Amino acid sequence: MLGKTAGGLYWMFRLLERGENTARMVEAGFRMALTRSTDSETEWKSVVTTSGVRAGYDAIHDQYTAKEVIDYLLRDTRNPSSVLSVSKSARDNARLVRTALTTEVWEAVNENWMVLTDLLKDTIQEKDLPAALATIRQHSALVRGALHGTMLRNDIYDFSRLGTFIERADNTARIIDVKYYTLLPSVNFVGSSLDNVQWETVLRSVSAHRSFRWLNQGDMTASAIADFLILDRRLPRSLAFCISQVVDQLDALSDDYKVTLPCNEMARKLDQGMKSRDIGGIFEDGLHEFISTFIGKNNALAMQIETDFRFNK
Amino acid sequence: MMDKNKQFFDEMVAGTDTVTDPYIGYNKWFAEQDPDHLTRKSQEAETFFRRSGITFNVYGQAEAQERLIPFDLVPRIIAEREWAKLSKGIAQRVTAINAFLHDVYNRQEILRAGVVPYELIAKNDAFLPQMMGFSPPGKVYTHIVGTDIVRTGPDDFFVLEDNARTPSGVSYMLENRETMLQMFPELFSRVRVKPVSTYPDSLHRALCDCAPPACTGKPRVAVLTPGIHNSAYFEHSFLADQMGVELVEGHDLRVVDGRIAMRTTLGYEYVDVLYRRIDDEYLDPLNFNPDSMLGVPGIMDIYRAGGITIANAPGAGIADDKAIYSYMPEIVEFYTGEKAILKNVETYRCAEPDALKYTLDNLKDLVVKEVHGSGGYGMLVGPAASKQELEDFAAKLRARPANYIAQPTLSLSTVPIFTNSELAPRHVDLRPYVLVSPKGINITPGGLTRVALTEGSLVVNSSQGGGTKDTWVLEE
Repeated sequence: MLGKTAGGLYWMFRLLERGENTARMVEAGFRMALTRSTDSETEWKSVVTTSGVRAGYDAIHDQYTAKEVIDYLLRDTRNPSSVLSVSKSARDNARLVRTALTTEVWEAVNENWMVLTDLLKDTIQEKDLPAALATIRQHSALVRGALHGTMLRNDIYDFSRLGTFIERADNTARIIDVKYYTLLPSVNFVGSSLDNVQWETVLRSVSAHRSFRWLNQGDMTASAIADFLILDRRLPRSLAFCISQVVDQLDALSDDYKVTLPCNEMARKLDQGMKSRDIGGIFEDGLHEFISTFIGKNNALAMQIETDFRFNK
Repeated sequence: MMDKNKQFFDEMVAGTDTVTDPYIGYNKWFAEQDPDHLTRKSQEAETFFRRSGITFNVYGQAEAQERLIPFDLVPRIIAEREWAKLSKGIAQRVTAINAFLHDVYNRQEILRAGVVPYELIAKNDAFLPQMMGFSPPGKVYTHIVGTDIVRTGPDDFFVLEDNARTPSGVSYMLENRETMLQMFPELFSRVRVKPVSTYPDSLHRALCDCAPPACTGKPRVAVLTPGIHNSAYFEHSFLADQMGVELVEGHDLRVVDGRIAMRTTLGYEYVDVLYRRIDDEYLDPLNFNPDSMLGVPGIMDIYRAGGITIANAPGAGIADDKAIYSYMPEIVEFYTGEKAILKNVETYRCAEPDALKYTLDNLKDLVVKEVHGSGGYGMLVGPAASKQELEDFAAKLRARPANYIAQPTLSLSTVPIFTNSELAPRHVDLRPYVLVSPKGINITPGGLTRVALTEGSLVVNSSQGGGTKDTWVLEE
């Protein structure tokens, strides 16, 4: 496979994952704003921060209103991570790697772009937001379904999945990081009712509030939630799950290509680092520190993958 | 451009209402169809093309950069015997073109014989001195040719252009047929049509048959594209996909140990045959345009040393140059010893004073083309032009006469399209696709029919609002 093609696949799925996550963040923020009467400004600000687009947003807006944030995250083409921008770049990448995709996957990505371009051509009214977000989620599910249902389980699939999980790990980590900053200056605050609402938003941001409740029967403590999001391998958006998937895909590539590369070792180390920790220890050493370190390592791993498989010249 | 009094040859209806032989089966089927149903089918086809991303990019348009080429659901039908004659003529012409190219880049007998003027070659931008004294693998210069043909009467076929560089549109030939098969499967069980779907395999085989001397084992083919923003990118990826080969860009390739190699996830791997869809000028910044970001530095040197095959060969464009075109009957005769089977359109070379005068005097009746232009850009269709346009063009002609040729406006044949729930005649041309290998010439039965969708219009180019039709050659 061409290095460029591997890179195209990897980025295509990173971008699709990013778009889906952004939509989910908007959904959580919107719900938060609806259910709480005060200070939705802070909430929207943290949504922007978590999406990693603070600088771009601040450059054109002075405040964090629902309307402006939603517009910026969903359909502003000045924001390279907006759902609209991302659907376009994902499709560009799909065009680039068209020969590596099944017709079903290509058509799903193409249609995702066509539908979202139409859906997001005008500002979304508040009353239409839930339906719009549902459409975004649905089309991203269609792409994923086409990938699972039709693609050969070879290196093409491995690079696609790598993109998904590297991006997802980064996204979940940033959600935890931002919430930690604004809401948990000290462990003593854990368990207050304010935190519960905030943490529920966090869970919603990763579509995990129902599964969490189901597993924990309402034990809404910060440490239980952090444990769930960071270490629980049953949750498909937890850091531990994402990293174990990255390890699996890299191992599959290593078997297929009959080479062991530096990224294999890096991923395994990161995975070991997860397995050897418990949540108590993580809180003791500092959640923020743990998360920042994780984000850095995940990033370094991503760069190593790009180098090892010659994505770029 | 509309000339109500002029009678055009319609390929489906002869006289007032007699359906011609090739269309009898189709016409019977059509009569049984509900027009509303066909209208719906037509819309379905558009949705199908959009979903599949069968689009082309239009240069110089900020909005709606990706467009569909409109597809008309009435096929253009050619009888087997008509096709037999046509393909014989095309094969003759393509054989001559390859012999001409080999001659021009080697002994230049045709120039010595005075059949083609020396200056026409030497001063031509399409002529590449880098190709002198070199014979490409299998002596094939034009692996892929798209011969543009127009028809003006039952037996009157003219070659309009030879397209010996990188002819495009073949993906539409294939997708149009697929679309028709999906929409009207029952039609194909009633009317026997020769298949076109063998094209990608034939293309792959033709390319492999021209593997370079350095190739050991099974030849490795790749398609070279300028990238996703190119107007024909869909076709580039389509062909790579259909052949099962890699689609590469210049930055995926480099010279490794005297070969051209592509960067894979496991390191560099050799490419044997490169089906390039970029122009000569951009192929190699070391040998041609130094600013090109699309090509591969040094590829020409590797090519000349037998390390890679480039298809079509660099410099092949000298054969489809519009000024050379006017000599094509002589060229065919010079190399094949036979009279050309297909007619040439009468061509006035504006470089010649008499021809220029004639052209200026009759501008409103002529089609004037840039010698090196393509895609319908920079061309004047006299009968359709306004007075101002004619004057402006006359000024351009006087300034650079050698840049232009003029041809009479041909009475292009018509084929009906389905519009407003009924059939209406529109002008068409035809581009069959020809593959050349040392083993012979292979012409896919059919080709791309382009149709001017506006009533009376003679401009069929997709960049100028033309559409396409599926093209059938009947199995009789």
